[in-house]
Amino acid sequence: MEVFGRKIPMSASLIVWAVLWEIVGQLDLVSLIPPLSNVVMRLAEIVPTETFIDALALTARSFAAGTGIAILAGVPIGVLMGRSEIADRLLLPWVNVFVSAPLTALVPIIMALFGFGETTIILTVVLFALWIIILDARAGTRSISNSLVEMAQSYGASYWQAFSKVYVWAALPEILAGIRLGMVRAIKGVIIGQLIVSVVGFGYLFEIYQSNFLMEHLWALLLVLFALAFLIDGVFGYMEKRVEYYAASR
Amino acid sequence: MTATVVHAPGFQRSLGTMVSVRSVSKVYPGGVEALNEISLDFPKGQLTTLLGPSGCGKTTLLKIIAGLLPATSGEVMVDGMRVEGPGPERAFVFQDFALLPWATVLRNVAFGLELRGVPVAERESIAEHYIGQVGLKGFEKHYPHALSGGMRQRVGLARALAVKAEVVLMDEPFSAVDEQTRRKFQEDMLELIKNEQKTFIFVTHSIEEAVYVSNRIILLSRRPSRVMRIIEPDMPRGITPDQIRRHPAYLDAVEMIWQALKQYLD
Amino acid sequence: MISVPTSSRASAARTNPLRRVMTHTITFRILSVITVLGAWEYAGRRPISASFPSFSETFAAGWEMAADGSLSAALMITIVPLVIGITMSAIAGVAAGIYMGLDRRAEWVGVPVFIVMQAAPLAALIPLLVLAYGVGLATKVTVVCIMAVPAIVLNSFKAIRHAPVSLVEMGESFLGSREQVIGKIILPAASPVIFAGLRLGLASGFIGVILAELLISPTGIGDLITYHQSIAEYPKMFAAIAVVILLSVLFMEALERIEITLFRPEKRAQ
Repeated sequence: MEVFGRKIPMSASLIVWAVLWEIVGQLDLVSLIPPLSNVVMRLAEIVPTETFIDALALTARSFAAGTGIAILAGVPIGVLMGRSEIADRLLLPWVNVFVSAPLTALVPIIMALFGFGETTIILTVVLFALWIIILDARAGTRSISNSLVEMAQSYGASYWQAFSKVYVWAALPEILAGIRLGMVRAIKGVIIGQLIVSVVGFGYLFEIYQSNFLMEHLWALLLVLFALAFLIDGVFGYMEKRVEYYAASR
Repeated sequence: MTATVVHAPGFQRSLGTMVSVRSVSKVYPGGVEALNEISLDFPKGQLTTLLGPSGCGKTTLLKIIAGLLPATSGEVMVDGMRVEGPGPERAFVFQDFALLPWATVLRNVAFGLELRGVPVAERESIAEHYIGQVGLKGFEKHYPHALSGGMRQRVGLARALAVKAEVVLMDEPFSAVDEQTRRKFQEDMLELIKNEQKTFIFVTHSIEEAVYVSNRIILLSRRPSRVMRIIEPDMPRGITPDQIRRHPAYLDAVEMIWQALKQYLD
Repeated sequence: MISVPTSSRASAARTNPLRRVMTHTITFRILSVITVLGAWEYAGRRPISASFPSFSETFAAGWEMAADGSLSAALMITIVPLVIGITMSAIAGVAAGIYMGLDRRAEWVGVPVFIVMQAAPLAALIPLLVLAYGVGLATKVTVVCIMAVPAIVLNSFKAIRHAPVSLVEMGESFLGSREQVIGKIILPAASPVIFAGLRLGLASGFIGVILAELLISPTGIGDLITYHQSIAEYPKMFAAIAVVILLSVLFMEALERIEITLFRPEKRAQ
């Protein structure tokens, strides 16, 4: 948007929203919404506490492990599906079901099988992140131009060479997009897992704040989570931009 | 004036054959017949062009020679060896270049050697030589997206030459290059070919291009393709490119091919 | 690989009925389902865990719940807030997205908020909502809306913004009014992406409603899951979960049918 001929970046509108939040909070219009300034003060108060740092560390660990597994499993499966008609036909129906299924319903199964600990959270993260990574790696592999595949063949590439030197790289823009979307889903998964298990990490903090009606604490926690999610999304969005230039020239 | 020699379809040259296609047919799944019992010999050290109406199966034949497509029946021999798939004695130049967008010009040109496990220093020095040969000196560190279409295809050509294959297969290499660049590129390519003692097989749909660059032109009929006629333009090679384009032999050959192909246009 | 002495290989592929059946899509789908269900049955019979029932046990338990009516009762309780929430989100979200796609000021104000919302783990809002509104239909509907709206809005926005320039210019060059260009070119061109957003929104809404039921209100399918988990009646718990997954597949299918019938004549023609 332009004001007096000067371009104002889009993200600046978030400041407008923050001011609005403060006003609504100060006027005490909705019991749900305390003033932003109070939330920020509460944020400064709880972030250095040990319970918070522990919860953050645990969440980060489950997130990293879960996305790591999802990427290591998802990318090869997706590339395989993109190159092999049989694998594609066998797996695609299931991937399509799970990419849009209410995965929250499956968390109780993981809990029943693996208990109430970190393993359950990690598996929840995998469950949320995996499918979109597979689908995007598959889409990227299928969009590799036929002549690039023939080029690898005609210059005598072995199957492994074609895979590691051509297919993975040619599909990289989509693979990275899939990983970014998978990470966004993984953040949702790690929070949902912790909320359902409710005795570990931020799930435990949410439980405490909620049962004690600590509205400002809850919002402070939400702000942290939103900021982290946005940061991860942004970093990966930037990485994607850097490889975008060759997506068109494949 | 040099006469243009026309041979009957059955004409076979017995001496110095590099690539020999023996009654090759190709039926695509679904029943489309692309090639019908094609037999051809490609002489060593010459540039032979496959020319025909669009969709006539010239690219199919080229890919069968490359080993990228299996023939439905018949066989292809390269230097006496039966083709079972892609081989190191053949190199392919692609219509849409098929460059790795994430690799520099240097790595792209060296890619065929990289796949063969040639050590880095060696393959890069070979690649640098051919980058110079195709006139891209100074662009070694550039990425394909920073090059024009003509320059990208020069990279594709350098890559094919770098693997030191005896047969270079070119699938409409200039069709994605704009007209003015194409002329210059054709002239440069003729120079290059003179120095490289290789067999070139060239697919194009441009009559002028075929007459200009070829020693022999094979006219293919419409699908299912058969060999309609073999033409040897036999242009005087001592003269400049501009003289060739105005030479009666050149103009006669273009006219003759046009008359032969015209019947396929609806 | 130029060998193949017989020229009849390609025609054999066309005429051999066994080969045709073996390579058919349906065959693979059935094979795929059988493989997974077989693996489930095997894992359940070994068993890999005391809390992992086999497919046949789960199916029997599901049949029992369907027969005694508890399944359909729970389904109704889950589906009602989902349908209300999705319908509201679809109407409001598509409208907001289209508006932001057409108006730069609205874009400046609105889009960043939804970008943050889409990246954020909105499930974390659920404890807050419970605090504010208690446990009931209104809370569930709100949860569904909050989860579903960002994807719907952003996809509608992108769909409008990325409408093919050449088509818009074509419309303008034939003297189409702004309304005509929007109604006859931009919206139809945008509909596939808008529907992709609706599918994403539906999936998120589903995640939200099940989460709300698991976390806050012991009702609906979520209650069937948590209750049978607590009394270790695993076949029934698994059956309830399988029904939820199946339900989401049916909803997606229904949405696709709606899209094709209303907006995609070119797909219908095939």
